[in-house]
Amino acid sequence: MKNKPTGQINPECSIAVELTGVHKWYGTFHVLKDINLTVHRGERIIICGPSGCGKSTLIRCINRLEEHQRGVIRVDGIELDDDLKHIEQVRRDVGMVFQQFNLFPHLTVLENCCLALVWVLRKPRKEAEAIALDYLERVRIVDQAYKYPGQLSGGQQQRVAIARSLCMKPSIMLFDEPTSALDPEMIKEVLDVMVDLAQAGMTMLCVTHEMGFARTVADRVLFMDSGEIIEENDPESFFSNPQSERTKLFLGQIL
Amino acid sequence: MAIAHTPHPDLPPPMTSVGVVGWLRRNLFSTPVNTILTLGALYILYLVLPPMINWALLDADWTGTSRDACSGEGACWVFIRLRFLHFMVGFYPEAELWRPVIVFGMAGLLLLYLLLKKLPYKGRVAGFAIFGFPFIAFFLFYGGVFGLPVVETHKWGGLMLTLILSTVGMLFALPLGTLLALGRRSSMAIPKALSVVFIELWRGVPLITVLFMSSVLIPLFMPEGVRLDKLLRALIGISLFQSAYMAEVIRSGLQSIPKGQYEAADALGLSYWQAMLLIILPQALKTVIPGIVNTFIELFKDTTLVLIIGLFDLLSTVQASFTDTKWLGFSAEGYIFAGLVYWLFCFSMSRYSHYLEKKLHTGH
Repeated sequence: MKNKPTGQINPECSIAVELTGVHKWYGTFHVLKDINLTVHRGERIIICGPSGCGKSTLIRCINRLEEHQRGVIRVDGIELDDDLKHIEQVRRDVGMVFQQFNLFPHLTVLENCCLALVWVLRKPRKEAEAIALDYLERVRIVDQAYKYPGQLSGGQQQRVAIARSLCMKPSIMLFDEPTSALDPEMIKEVLDVMVDLAQAGMTMLCVTHEMGFARTVADRVLFMDSGEIIEENDPESFFSNPQSERTKLFLGQIL
Repeated sequence: MAIAHTPHPDLPPPMTSVGVVGWLRRNLFSTPVNTILTLGALYILYLVLPPMINWALLDADWTGTSRDACSGEGACWVFIRLRFLHFMVGFYPEAELWRPVIVFGMAGLLLLYLLLKKLPYKGRVAGFAIFGFPFIAFFLFYGGVFGLPVVETHKWGGLMLTLILSTVGMLFALPLGTLLALGRRSSMAIPKALSVVFIELWRGVPLITVLFMSSVLIPLFMPEGVRLDKLLRALIGISLFQSAYMAEVIRSGLQSIPKGQYEAADALGLSYWQAMLLIILPQALKTVIPGIVNTFIELFKDTTLVLIIGLFDLLSTVQASFTDTKWLGFSAEGYIFAGLVYWLFCFSMSRYSHYLEKKLHTGH
């Protein structure tokens, strides 16, 4: 099904995210070089690479937290440009989980989740709370619903952050190193939630160093270095038979 | 062969390290230098405090109806008592005093309601207090409606005028300051330029100049016959001046919010104003409560400058009373009284701000 250029979200569009010839500069620094990527609905993509290779920048361009200067990015068939309406529509369908959680510290866990439901989707408070409690239950943190983020551990906060994004019922989830700021004991609880999500069919783009997770869940693994996609393969082939020298070097360092 | 272990009993600490004695040793007599300083300070207090207490309280005259009641040995608080009404409302006619009394009574009740915990409908009460009550207050003060005789603004004075100037100033400074701070941080050229110009202009001149200019220069620019009320000119000047200060205080709060908060708000699809009002500003304002209250306290005391445009606030009313030939020589009592009143209001604001900070602390 081809992309509809009218700016409406097309749920039947089988291509969730499409990047064509995307370049980005921070001033004179060329951070993304000719990125071409097509993500189909239901696909789970893992992006890995050394620090500073542009992987976070790449996924942040997908919900317009960063702007690309050249090339075309289409999400759900909508082109991401300066049109605020397009950006708004894309952000409603794309959820994001950050490395630093970014929960709102002055609101309770439940209020964090309900906020966007009430103010963006205009749902009545009771309905919003029911939805939020349901998702908090799914990430196994509903007993903390009335606490403040400052009272929770890192793993608990990240699970709340995931629930908060899920409440908006996005069809695409972006994860920017979701477990990098966590203590080892807490990484598993977050990864378990992400595995559940993947198995339920969510389209996911995840920047991570957790290779075990990549092997379990990914449909494709991408390796990036210095702003380019160096290698792209299914997990089996990627880990057992890396093609490029740089990929081999990177895998040798982290595995 | 196991040896039974009897646990060591808990002993009380040595007498000289806890309690009052311990505190004294640690804080006042810990080193020879500190001991000398403590003794020196105690000596100074011994020289200064008893005469002060004698003058202000023990030998003072509290009751009487005229100058003769003041014996001259201690403070003459009779002066303050007789002039009290004048210090409170300036030249407001006695026959109409019930009107300011009603206004201040209502204001006191509203404040009490908003400050006490666990009372319902605080949002509505606050909304009324900010948007409805000022109009009621104005009409009661000024008159002209419902058959109430008009009391011109130049007759308003004393503590009443100080409170009017500060409250109106605060009510305008906070929202206007917020808008200016947001404007200054905006990536759009025009709001940013306008905010910067406004802030640097109003912050760059002394308040006394602002008041003077608003009082003397503005009428020159007004068309023939249009006279802007002097109090109104002062209120405008004070509000604009304090907004510029408040803008910078709030901007410092906005800057302290981590970028991740803005990003999370954007990622959830919140618009600029939704993100500001629901997420950024609540956190920013909470962080700068000390700065905001500081600006408010400063504003409260800056109202004394309206003397130069011929308005008589609390301090200038007290000063004017010194020129009364029947009561010469009691300026000390007057200034102490004025100082006490200012201190009382400022300290109350300070304590409330501490309470607010504690109440809003959510452990982050």
